[in-house]
Amino acid sequence: MITNPTGRLTQGQFSFLPDLTDEQISAQIKWALAHDWAVSIEYTDDPHPRNTYWEMFGLPMFDLKDPAAILMEVNEARKTFPNHYIRVMAFNSTRGVESPAMSFIVNRPANEPGFGLVRAEGPGREIRYSFHSYATDKPESERY
Amino acid sequence: MNSNGSGQITDAAERYKSGVIPYKKMGYWDADYQPKETDIIALFRLTPQPGVDPDEAAAAVAGESSTATWTVVWTDRLTAAELYRAKAYRVDLVPNTGPGTNNEAQYFAYIAYDLDLFEEGSIANLTASIIGNVFGFKAVKALRLEDMRIPVAYLKTFQGPATGIIVERERLDKFGRPILGATVKPKLGLSGRNYGRVVYEALKGGLDFTKDDENINSQPFMHWRDRFLYSMEAVNRASATTGEVKGHYLNVTAGTMEAMYERAEFAKSLGSVIVMIDLVIGYTAIQSMAKWARDNSMILHLHRAGHGTYTRQKNHGINFRVISKWMRMAGVDHIHAGTVVGKLEGDPNMVQGFYDILREPYNAMNLERGIFFDQPWASLKKVMPVASGGIHAGQMHQLLHYLGEDVVLQFGGGTIGHPMGVQAGATANRVALEAMIMARNEGRDFLNEGPKILDEAAKTCSPLRAALDTWKDITFNYASTDTPDFVPTTTGSI
Repeated sequence: MITNPTGRLTQGQFSFLPDLTDEQISAQIKWALAHDWAVSIEYTDDPHPRNTYWEMFGLPMFDLKDPAAILMEVNEARKTFPNHYIRVMAFNSTRGVESPAMSFIVNRPANEPGFGLVRAEGPGREIRYSFHSYATDKPESERY
Repeated sequence: MNSNGSGQITDAAERYKSGVIPYKKMGYWDADYQPKETDIIALFRLTPQPGVDPDEAAAAVAGESSTATWTVVWTDRLTAAELYRAKAYRVDLVPNTGPGTNNEAQYFAYIAYDLDLFEEGSIANLTASIIGNVFGFKAVKALRLEDMRIPVAYLKTFQGPATGIIVERERLDKFGRPILGATVKPKLGLSGRNYGRVVYEALKGGLDFTKDDENINSQPFMHWRDRFLYSMEAVNRASATTGEVKGHYLNVTAGTMEAMYERAEFAKSLGSVIVMIDLVIGYTAIQSMAKWARDNSMILHLHRAGHGTYTRQKNHGINFRVISKWMRMAGVDHIHAGTVVGKLEGDPNMVQGFYDILREPYNAMNLERGIFFDQPWASLKKVMPVASGGIHAGQMHQLLHYLGEDVVLQFGGGTIGHPMGVQAGATANRVALEAMIMARNEGRDFLNEGPKILDEAAKTCSPLRAALDTWKDITFNYASTDTPDFVPTTTGSI
């Protein structure tokens, strides 16, 4: 049971705001394109906080400069994976950055069961912690 | 007596005759000197004693911070003394000081030091020369180290930040917005159990980090091990609740290096992503902890405890921009560097200058921001500045405008003092931040529309509404003591 104030996964830039409309997503894509960042779309059904590598919905769109076309790709991803987490990212290849510059969630499952905290108790009151995603009890593609 | 154009005695027998001669005549002033690319340059703000010629005062500073002592010594002649002597080569009257103003004359004195005067990779050695003896020197009434140009050759002997902004963001999985934090309050007196409660509520509510304060180490009310255990329980609980990477700056500051390593190792064993030290532990201890942090995949937060004793007054001490440079070299990942709008000292231009020094790959000379030299950073990683002290959600547009995106915004009172509780305070800050980033990216004039953007966001977030109502009139409008001294037109050399 997620007990956070929003009742949902809060990764990304805008998870505390109401879900983004297509118009709002487009505006963010325009911001990325204005900085010459490559937009990409990634999806997962394993949103563990340290799951760095979500699946790529195609390569980063290095050569696509049309926000409407990129939004179409986003909507294509949502249609294909309606119950997955989907994030839009933007990559900045500038020397000294060479890293993501944006990351925000544009799709999430209707029900987000969240994570359990697993405690392995050791000597001296020390505890090793791990997170267990309830959804990943099921095999891939059957989650959510 | 034979002397050159700068007043130096050129006849060796004359120059090294036992006795006391002015520093200029000893060769510590050279108006024609062209600094080498590998020279370290220090810029001092110098207030000479009454009647002392500024060139001579500058030469004295050069002398005492390099090879000189108060009297001539023949053993100089066993060395390549000309090389090892620092050279004062330029003295400018500080704008708005001296005759015709209400301020006593101050001068910007430029002094060049040969690279071989310094040990590689040692802030302690660098500072032992540059600020070692000269500040107590009688020939100057007051002295302040304003800026330094560190050559690439010397920079490359330092590790630099253990992690850096880019890798920190990748580890935390947080991009495209400032990082949010809060210092646990009250800073003294909470038990470990109660302390962890604040950490949990704040992180669950939407903050990325919470923080120990500078003076929370291991006191009778809460020993360090308890604080670490309860804080990490809170961090992990909050991570599980939100699905986000969270952290708490565990302050490992202690009386000995051995104790600091012990605490840092324990933080690592508990899975903490970050540890913290205070500036008062000293430059060598900071470098040791930076090396430890690099070796152990740990982010290193530095609280600048104590800096105000020597950075604040304009005519004395060390400008914080110099401390910023030294700390980037020493290798910290975070450093408190001012808020512009909060409760602590900070002229906007000056603070932005500190941020530039910490975050940019190259600093071009920018007198408005107090940056006196072009400074390449030779791929030393970037330090994340931390804005902390008297800031709240209602200032989000100003914070984003002045400080940008690569910064940790720390709302201590602004989180914990929220009328609806700690979690609500954290949520208010996170919503305000996300709304402001979204508006900025949409191309809105977020600085001027800031209050409107916050009001809109508050419609779907009652904690933000309450925060805006509680702190709407809180500002800290005091004149800064430390401001840049420049006139837009060029100041002529004297």
